[in-house]
Amino acid sequence: MKRVSLVFTLALAAGLSTQAATAQTLKTIKDRGMLSCGVSQGLPGFSSPDDKGNWTGLDVDICRAVAAAIFNDPTKIKFVPLSAKDRFTALQSGEIDVLSRNTTWTLSRDTTLGANFTGVTYYDGQGFLVKKSLKVNSALELNSASVCVQTGTTTEQNLADYFKSNNMKYEVIAFNTADEAVKAYESGRCDVFTTDVSGLYAERLKLANPADHAVLPEVISKEPLGPMVRHGDDQWFDLVKWVLFAMVDAEELGVTQKNVDDMAKSDKPELKRLFGTDGNFGEQLGVTKDWVSRIVKAVGNYGESFDRNVGAGSKLGIARGLNQLWSKGGIQYAPPIR
Amino acid sequence: MSIEPRAPPPQFVARLRHALSGRAGWGGFALQILFVAILVWIGYEIVANARANLQSQRITSGFGFLERTAGFDVSQNLIPYSGSDTYTRVFLVGLLNTLVVSIIGIFFATVIGFLVALGRLSPNWLLARISGGYVELIRNLPLLFQILFWYLAVLGALPNPRQSISLFGVFFLSNRGLVIPKPIADPGLGPFAIAILVAIIVSLLLRRFARRQLFDSGRLITIWPYVFGLLIGLPLVTSLVFGAPVTFEIPELKGFNFAGGSRVIPEFVALTLALSIYTAAFIAEIVRAGILSVHKGQMEAGSSLGLQRGSVLRLIVIPQALRVILPPLTNQYLNLTKNSTLAVGIGYPDLVSVFAGTALSQTGQAIEILGITMGVYLLISLVTSAIMSFYGWRLGRGMG
Repeated sequence: MKRVSLVFTLALAAGLSTQAATAQTLKTIKDRGMLSCGVSQGLPGFSSPDDKGNWTGLDVDICRAVAAAIFNDPTKIKFVPLSAKDRFTALQSGEIDVLSRNTTWTLSRDTTLGANFTGVTYYDGQGFLVKKSLKVNSALELNSASVCVQTGTTTEQNLADYFKSNNMKYEVIAFNTADEAVKAYESGRCDVFTTDVSGLYAERLKLANPADHAVLPEVISKEPLGPMVRHGDDQWFDLVKWVLFAMVDAEELGVTQKNVDDMAKSDKPELKRLFGTDGNFGEQLGVTKDWVSRIVKAVGNYGESFDRNVGAGSKLGIARGLNQLWSKGGIQYAPPIR
Repeated sequence: MSIEPRAPPPQFVARLRHALSGRAGWGGFALQILFVAILVWIGYEIVANARANLQSQRITSGFGFLERTAGFDVSQNLIPYSGSDTYTRVFLVGLLNTLVVSIIGIFFATVIGFLVALGRLSPNWLLARISGGYVELIRNLPLLFQILFWYLAVLGALPNPRQSISLFGVFFLSNRGLVIPKPIADPGLGPFAIAILVAIIVSLLLRRFARRQLFDSGRLITIWPYVFGLLIGLPLVTSLVFGAPVTFEIPELKGFNFAGGSRVIPEFVALTLALSIYTAAFIAEIVRAGILSVHKGQMEAGSSLGLQRGSVLRLIVIPQALRVILPPLTNQYLNLTKNSTLAVGIGYPDLVSVFAGTALSQTGQAIEILGITMGVYLLISLVTSAIMSFYGWRLGRGMG
């Protein structure tokens, strides 16, 4: 039994919790009465606090939906703001239960970090932001430019690949936070700021004169962003995975925040399964039968959350594009609830 | 009046102390072995548990990542580096960037610190007040704030490359840093280097000869004109014979930045400036304390021998003050090196930013990378301490 007592020494020494290995995440969260959710340090549209300290955004809505499914209360969440380079350690050490922080799904992240991606909340790609006064119309005209980026992201490697494959020279200045990188870009230290296109639109809002800056047309990488959970607890993995699927399925079936109560009375078989009046799908996930209506009441369906946070109904005004449902020309697609 | 008997000392503690002090023969020896065994066991358990947990969570561990391709670029590399090099190379690039900023920072901090200390002790009222003001202002402002000040307020205010400030058409100062002509080695470089080496060696021999003359016969020989002649003349002769040692590549504006030439990036300048100026304020106080610790009589004795103030300081006061100055001065050098990790705030690619930042998040191997990084800083600090101790030891021996 001495080995168990040393576990604490270990958790301190290595930043690793063995609690994770015993895989009782959902039970731990229920006992704690609160979901611990890792988010960004402030990226408008995805996760940022408003003037009252309430977190909003597409990534935040995923956590709110999970909390709604578990507690029927989307406010029972502790948000943990994380820098790009601290995020995986926070998940590994058990400080957070789910990482919902515009994180790109890559093979090495999926296999070496002891964590799993649960799905894709936003299909993104890397782009470039430049000052209009430079009169640059294409990323291929950026030879010899200085580029500001945030360190600890896939961005740095994409950037190196892109300039190398186009035989262009450049200088990279990597900052610890996106804010510092944007500030250096604004002060003229760099000609270009690069990150995921959604991030460019979000960061551009923070600039003194957003209209003086333009996002170049080139998208140089695939950046599927999604939430992550720790390895070793499949029940928890399933729940977080299906919360997103439920939001997408709800949109596909036309269930919205407004009509959710009416739709719940429907006789349609697929709606009955969605709302738990037929079958016990919620219980199979470890939550209650009405889990989907809890989620939709709290944050709406996927499309509503998208519009409110990053889409037409938000300051960012990003088009749905790839993130439109598969049935409407996009690639957002969720397996059926049955 | 009765005397209360003193309580006997607790037997166990006394026996343990006896045993551990090594005076208890085999019994004590066995106890010490047991103690070491427990320590080793605890250490083993920590490592074994970490390993088991990493494996059960399927987190990759080990040092295999050092051989993998890094795939990202770094803005300042003192050794050739590109994105297709390995993480080992990234580590070396980061380490060299840390070392260069530390060494240059230590040099300037020491020079400024000594000058300010002497200024503060100067009989000149204005100089003493200015030096005092410097110390009080600089050491009371947070270092990160000063780094950001130099980076954003001073260097950030420089014009963009197209409107850069030009000196003689070869040096260009802009918000991208200072661009200077780049020396390119020519065939004349070899003989040139040899000429300088020879000049230095001959000058040192001359100095020794002059000192011996001074001590043996009291004859003061002025050698500096010869030294000057040697150092300038010899290389000049070889340049005329073998051709110029280097030619310079003049930078020119191309596209967004300067092409050709060497560039000192503003992040490096801001960090070095802030670290030197900040640490100098502490060094100034240490030097001042050291000088004041030398008895006033020493100064007066020097003056009464007819030495000038500068010579008294250089020959009599500072050598004695150094004994007091060295230990806290070493601390400041270590602080400066460790403070250089604040580079992260302005994007200077030091070891922490490049290796414990980008490389860490790309490989996700926090334990290994943080372990290596901590080990490196520990090593740098121990080496610095060792050099300073050695200097102190030589100094003590010289005076003994």
